[in-house]
Amino acid sequence: MTMEHAYVRDSMVDARQPPRGTDGPIAWLRRSLFASPSDTLLTILGMLFLLWAVPPIYNFLIGHAVMPGGTVKECRAEGAGACWAYIYARFNFFIYGFYPIDQYWRPNIVFALGAALIVPLLMPSAPFKRINAVLFFVVFPIIAFYLLNGGVFGMRYVPTEQWGGLLVTLIISLVGIICSIPIGILLALGRQSQLPIIKTLSVMFIELWRAVPLITVLFMASIMLPLFMPTGTTVDKLLRALVGVTLFSSAYLAETVRGGLQALPRGQYEAGASLGLGYWKRTYFIILPQALKHVIPGIVNNFIALFKDTSLVSIVGIFDLLNTVQSASSDINWSSPTQAVTGYVFAAAVFWVFCFAMSRYSLWMERRLDTGHKR
Amino acid sequence: MSQVSESTVERATGTSQMTVSDTDVAIDVIGMHKWYGDFHVLRDINLRVMRGERIVIAGPSGSGKSTLIRCVNRLEEHQEGQIIVNGTELTADLKRIDEVRREVGMVFQHFNLFPHLTILQNLTLAPIWVRGIPKAEAEATAMHYLERVKIPEQANKFPGQLSGGQQQRVAIARSLCMQPKIMLFDEPTSALDPEMVKEVLEVMINLAEDGMTMICVTHEMGFARQVANRVIFMDQGQIIEQNDPEAFFSAPQHERTKLFLSQILH
Amino acid sequence: MAVQDNIGGSAPRTSLLNDPVFRGILYQIIVGGLVVAFFYWIIVNTAQNLAAQNKTTGFDFLFRTAGFDISFTLFPWSRTSFYWQAFLAGLLNTLLVAVIGIFFATLLGFTLGIARLSSNWLIARVATVYIETIRNIPLLLQLFFWYFAVLKAMPAVRNSFELPLDVFINQRGLMVPRPLPDGEFIWVLLAIAASVIAAIAVGIWATRERTATGRYPALVVQAAKIADAVVTFLVAALAFSLLSQFVPALASSPAIAWIAALVAAVASLTRFAPYSRAVVAFAITFVILAALLRAMFAAWPPFAIDLGAAVAGLVMGWISLEGTLRRPPSEGRFPLALLILIAVGIPALVYVVTGAQLAFELPVLERFNFRGGVQLPPELVALVFGLTIYTAAFIAENVRGGIRSVNKGQTEAAQSLGLKEGDRLRLVIVPQAMRVIVPPLTSQYLNLTKNSSLGAAIGYPELVNVFTGTTLNQTGKAIEVIALTMAVYLTFSLLTSAFMNWYNGRVAMVER
Repeated sequence: MTMEHAYVRDSMVDARQPPRGTDGPIAWLRRSLFASPSDTLLTILGMLFLLWAVPPIYNFLIGHAVMPGGTVKECRAEGAGACWAYIYARFNFFIYGFYPIDQYWRPNIVFALGAALIVPLLMPSAPFKRINAVLFFVVFPIIAFYLLNGGVFGMRYVPTEQWGGLLVTLIISLVGIICSIPIGILLALGRQSQLPIIKTLSVMFIELWRAVPLITVLFMASIMLPLFMPTGTTVDKLLRALVGVTLFSSAYLAETVRGGLQALPRGQYEAGASLGLGYWKRTYFIILPQALKHVIPGIVNNFIALFKDTSLVSIVGIFDLLNTVQSASSDINWSSPTQAVTGYVFAAAVFWVFCFAMSRYSLWMERRLDTGHKR
Repeated sequence: MSQVSESTVERATGTSQMTVSDTDVAIDVIGMHKWYGDFHVLRDINLRVMRGERIVIAGPSGSGKSTLIRCVNRLEEHQEGQIIVNGTELTADLKRIDEVRREVGMVFQHFNLFPHLTILQNLTLAPIWVRGIPKAEAEATAMHYLERVKIPEQANKFPGQLSGGQQQRVAIARSLCMQPKIMLFDEPTSALDPEMVKEVLEVMINLAEDGMTMICVTHEMGFARQVANRVIFMDQGQIIEQNDPEAFFSAPQHERTKLFLSQILH
Repeated sequence: MAVQDNIGGSAPRTSLLNDPVFRGILYQIIVGGLVVAFFYWIIVNTAQNLAAQNKTTGFDFLFRTAGFDISFTLFPWSRTSFYWQAFLAGLLNTLLVAVIGIFFATLLGFTLGIARLSSNWLIARVATVYIETIRNIPLLLQLFFWYFAVLKAMPAVRNSFELPLDVFINQRGLMVPRPLPDGEFIWVLLAIAASVIAAIAVGIWATRERTATGRYPALVVQAAKIADAVVTFLVAALAFSLLSQFVPALASSPAIAWIAALVAAVASLTRFAPYSRAVVAFAITFVILAALLRAMFAAWPPFAIDLGAAVAGLVMGWISLEGTLRRPPSEGRFPLALLILIAVGIPALVYVVTGAQLAFELPVLERFNFRGGVQLPPELVALVFGLTIYTAAFIAENVRGGIRSVNKGQTEAAQSLGLKEGDRLRLVIVPQAMRVIVPPLTSQYLNLTKNSSLGAAIGYPELVNVFTGTTLNQTGKAIEVIALTMAVYLTFSLLTSAFMNWYNGRVAMVER
């Protein structure tokens, strides 16, 4: 009886294109912009918003902007847009701060060296990872310090007060992250430890620094650090900020690393122990390499946060990128209605490019690690 | 270009009105096509399910079995052809979709129990909010079905506390609480450990014996032999063979069916 | 560690150093000793330094007169106030900004998070661009932008921009009307509190009855119908009378709007309800859009704007009609209009009956400055703006993550059980998403509170500015002041984690 509903085909049906209107650009438009009347209305409102917002922004940034080579008069004209001529004229100040102009080659070498070392370090397929890491994390900071500071090999001494701009922003964030990685790892291990005193100390350290805003940490570093030192010691202003930033970021990094440690399957700890390895060997050879690999995206995200946070050092009087832009905005030679806005837009663009690139890298790495883990 | 057997051609030329009034027909799928973007997943599907029929759909993965039964419930949209469930044709009309879904129960591969609700709450949620059944009555019905699937003692636990087999039995009970006329099973046992497959199949067999109209996508060929009155074999988005279980297993017609059976039955 | 490795292995139990327990104790003694020594060193140094500078320690300075001005305080402040009052003023200002910021950031963040998941490509894109731009620019820079480039660039007082509702904006901030409640007004406030509670109670009761009996109580259903009509009347009256501003023919006789609203309200009780709704939807859309477009595109001809608004209004009317006609009849819908009417209507009634007066003192521009109204300093406005915009981007990501964390199978299971979209969201999706959203949301709230300390950089007198800045400078009590400040933030943080522990414990999904 059931057979009366039999309609089995004799030959296979070839795949064909979907009927008109269910695929292609028209279908895409319908599906993603005009799926329903209310969608259509949203789309129209969205377009109106763009129509309202985009032309003025375009005109300000490009259309009516005064391009490099323009004069301050043009910038002062009625209806003038961004004064890029001003950025162009003060560009060196934004990058190097008060660093002596005839010595620019020194920071330039540091920039080039840093870039040459960090690019292969970030590429998972590049060889010599270990040497590369040692060069970047240990050798490079030392070379960079002597190059910038001078006083050796006949190079002129340039005090840190003269360092500034993007150079200082990069120095603070890089030193912050490089110093906080080992401290963060130790704190994370301490927090996972079964020894009560070590665990308590680690938890207290981590939670204290994570609880307070960076600005109070910087105040503390710049005001209290000299008090803590033996009488008569002077601590460099930049160094104080670096100490503050490092303490602060190591606490956050510790939590990121702890996430990686917790994500490791218990079996890894047990396998290490069963091989008869002691705590440090087990941690160094088995646990950390795996945990750290998994928290690379997290560390990059920490770095992004730190990079943005470095702008706070301007509050304790250090001339980072934001502070140079801020102080240049009162430069009367370039005073115009758009001077301040142009400066902020420039600084925002620089920060954005760095942070966005890093966040994409972190996402990419995360996906890569994800698939690697499943296989 | 596409050659189909006689009866389909006849149906396709316009005798389908008859099927709408025909009260013995539970589900009627006529010349149905579905695409995911450019990909032609279901190609000219014709299938009529009578009341009380138990149909097993088999086929290699990616052959469109799950998509087919998900279309019956409008979890997926089809682009061409008709799907008529209980005399209601599925279109974009929300009213009709609601009507169909109220009559059709569905059991998923991954159970999809609501993890934030207790077992009892999982079972009474839809009866209370969809059918407007008083809570006490809904709870009594829920307990009745929990007893049928043999886990009344778990009523106040959360899904996360149950084993996979128990969760799937709860999922079946949850569907039954809506007193559906048709049950769809989308690979209900393939996410389960072997020792739990049996307890779920038992419940399904029990249901079949009560005369429930069922469509099951499954690889459990023992179940197909015991319960189904038709086995449908799909490949490349089309139905290429169907028969009663006996004939299907002993004398498969199509090369692909033979290959599939040899792989699955060892 | 090298020492232990040398001894290791060959001689079991011969050396104490190989005993893990002993080793653990040894480690802890060493680390603990080092920490104690470090602190001892610091304390000795600090004591010497303070002695060298002739400074004393202690918190007695808190009870001395501060002698400085604070530009904005929530309680009366004078130069003779004490330092502890300065501390309190800063703390209250921090909390003020935090509360306002959290409120707006939550609204904006949820909107953006949902928008980013929208199936509408344009809306999703706009939200993505917002989030990716704002997240990647330092907050301090954004605050500088809002403060120095936007608010400080506002016109001088004499040329203030006038915004709707008698709000003015100029270099000195935002001027808003000052509410002046009279003595009777207390009854209205009490009525608001009572009626909100009553509305919630009715809502709970109705839901409970609905669950227990399968239907909403007849009383509620009848009241809800009337409430619907009243709300329709009020909304329609407002929309129609605003409509007359755009249609000169209507402006001559205001009664027409009221009569039309009455007709719409009566119709909403009959089977013509969908059409009545459609007309009201048209009016609302037209009025809002026409006003908005006139403000946004001053250069466009008003005729074109009205035409566009009318077309959009027709679309909206059609949507409403389609929706009500095509959807299954919503017998047993949740009586939302009734609850709103209870919460708003009763206080309004009390306001009229008691003859209470709520006057507003409007800011009036005089020759040099405003008289009357409340002045919100630009620092406060910029800080709220910056914190809201910045934090909303992060909240949006949390919201998106939370919604996406709910498995697609949950929606499908709910659909296959026949649950309608509203019930599906309310009963299945939102409760699960909220479990994922709330913990990171709380840490965003904490972040916002901590970030409000950046107000110090633009001169908003919050805790860090008033206390760690001015007070520290004047008293030189670095250790005490910084310790107190840190204690405040530590308290916030501990309270937050206490809440999160409680919440996680309450909602934790029970697992095997």
